[in-house]
Amino acid sequence: MADKAADKSMKENRWLLENPYRKDFPIFRSWEGAYLDSAATAQRPACVIQAEQTFYERHNANPLRGFYDLSLEATDCYEKARRAVQEFLHAAHPEEIIFTRNTTESLNLVAYSYGLHNLHAGDEIVVSILEHHSNLLPWQMVSARTGAALRFLECGPDGTVTDEQLSEAITERTKLVAVAQVSNVLGSLMPIEKIVKLAHEQGAAVILDAAQSAPHLPISVQELNVDFLAFSGHKLMGPMGIGVLYGRRELLEKMPPFLTGGEMIASVSRREAVFAPLPQKFEAGTVNAAGAAGLQAAIEYLQDIGFEEIQRREEKLTEYVLRGMEEIPHIHVLGSKKAKEHCGIITFTVDGVHSHDVSSILDTDHVAVRAGHHCAQPLMEYLGVPAAVRASLYLYNTAEDADRFLQSVSTVRRRMGYGE
Amino acid sequence: MENRTFYNAVLTEHNLHPMYKHDLEDADFTLEGVNPSCGDHITLKLKITDGVITGGAFVGDGCAISQASADMMLELVIGRTQKEAVRLSDIFLRMIKGNASEQEIEELEEASALRDISHMPARVKCAVLGWHTMKEILKEASGTADQ
Ligand SMILES: Cc1ncc(COP(=O)(O)O)c(C=O)c1O
Repeated sequence: MADKAADKSMKENRWLLENPYRKDFPIFRSWEGAYLDSAATAQRPACVIQAEQTFYERHNANPLRGFYDLSLEATDCYEKARRAVQEFLHAAHPEEIIFTRNTTESLNLVAYSYGLHNLHAGDEIVVSILEHHSNLLPWQMVSARTGAALRFLECGPDGTVTDEQLSEAITERTKLVAVAQVSNVLGSLMPIEKIVKLAHEQGAAVILDAAQSAPHLPISVQELNVDFLAFSGHKLMGPMGIGVLYGRRELLEKMPPFLTGGEMIASVSRREAVFAPLPQKFEAGTVNAAGAAGLQAAIEYLQDIGFEEIQRREEKLTEYVLRGMEEIPHIHVLGSKKAKEHCGIITFTVDGVHSHDVSSILDTDHVAVRAGHHCAQPLMEYLGVPAAVRASLYLYNTAEDADRFLQSVSTVRRRMGYGE
Repeated sequence: MENRTFYNAVLTEHNLHPMYKHDLEDADFTLEGVNPSCGDHITLKLKITDGVITGGAFVGDGCAISQASADMMLELVIGRTQKEAVRLSDIFLRMIKGNASEQEIEELEEASALRDISHMPARVKCAVLGWHTMKEILKEASGTADQ
């Protein structure tokens, strides 16, 4: 990088160096690297860690089971978290929020409970070629078991979808459309409004995988008018092991339980059971109440800062990284040229160097990135890149992280034995 | 700030300019080795005459470690007996686990350049791909020889 240009952009991005949020994350007190793998899992602020601990220290009992005060308190914490998620997603009713372990479980719940009971031979399931395996394999299963055909919504190399591609994929045979709002490889945005409109015109349900969007964009399920939505707590700075499924109440009410057992029944005799109403019908067994409390803390932390600020920071930093990468020869960034269309995700290849070798070299410089196929093999195949490196940013990243990354990336080919 | 990597000159040389990465016509044994989790794969071909590895080559795709390791391995074993090749691959596999003596590691010649992989658990399977594949072939070869 030319020193003058670097100097200038450094000045412009001075405020990125002064990141007021980084100190909220205890991990950065002991781990001194550049954490650029937030799309895999985010770091957690102290308030989230504290909320989980407080649940165990002060409110712990099995929620929904005991009639004593502590159990009622635990139930209260858990239900408060549900209402925080409801508000976060702008859902109409708290019972439309089902707690799961993660996005994968939420999507499987819909596949097993809705998919298997509503799809038949002759129907079509539409998924995009961008999908994470978590939003592909459950539909492959539904297709195999029901005889419904699996159809792919194609996209351009930058992840954009044309109206023709949409109307080609979504037809009168479509009964279900499952798409990611933001691609975990390209960071690109799907035109959800258009997809929902087309799908609903055909009477098809829309399932939105919000794993990569919920951490970065405000979401209103009522405005988007989707039928189901899934996200993971751990990608938006919440604890691991807590995830969410939103479902439209009329649909959830008609669906059979996914898992059966304790906590999800109204009454049980020797031969049959009457299932509990929503949302308990879908929350069999002891729930992750501490995780839910942690998720609530993460949501409140996000809301205090505001998505506007989060997006402004991410976009500036993404812009800085993209510009820096343009100056390094033999680097190819996948997806859009515009920082806005990356949602903090920068996936790239280095000519002649395998992605695992790139990430190993970056690791020696204490830069944490992800390498490989990113659980999106159909997309990688379509793009013609079997493996790539992904750097992903979040609000705690600084220009210093970006510089460390750029510096390291610029040395990769040399360190792999290529002349300049 | 640039830290030393285990991508030393010997490793990168074998990766960028492999001697044995090509097809081998009329090989006696061909076997594919794959690491499904990372997609590294090689197809290893050996010629074996009277218990001696008289020729070998590989084709494949994957990270520098998997490809360079296969190249170093062939350089080491071609011209040696099957038994000797098995013994050397055992040393190599132990070196990668951090369990080989200095004296043993010296016997591996250029393949000793991979010794630092023992500190990189995530990359061990890349380094051993070729060697495991060769051991499989040698097992089969000694089976047929015994008959
Ligand atoms: C788009 C997308 N969908 C689904 C998932 C799966 O999330 P989880 O592993 O939390 O279930 C991920 C994350 O890896 C993702 O990026």
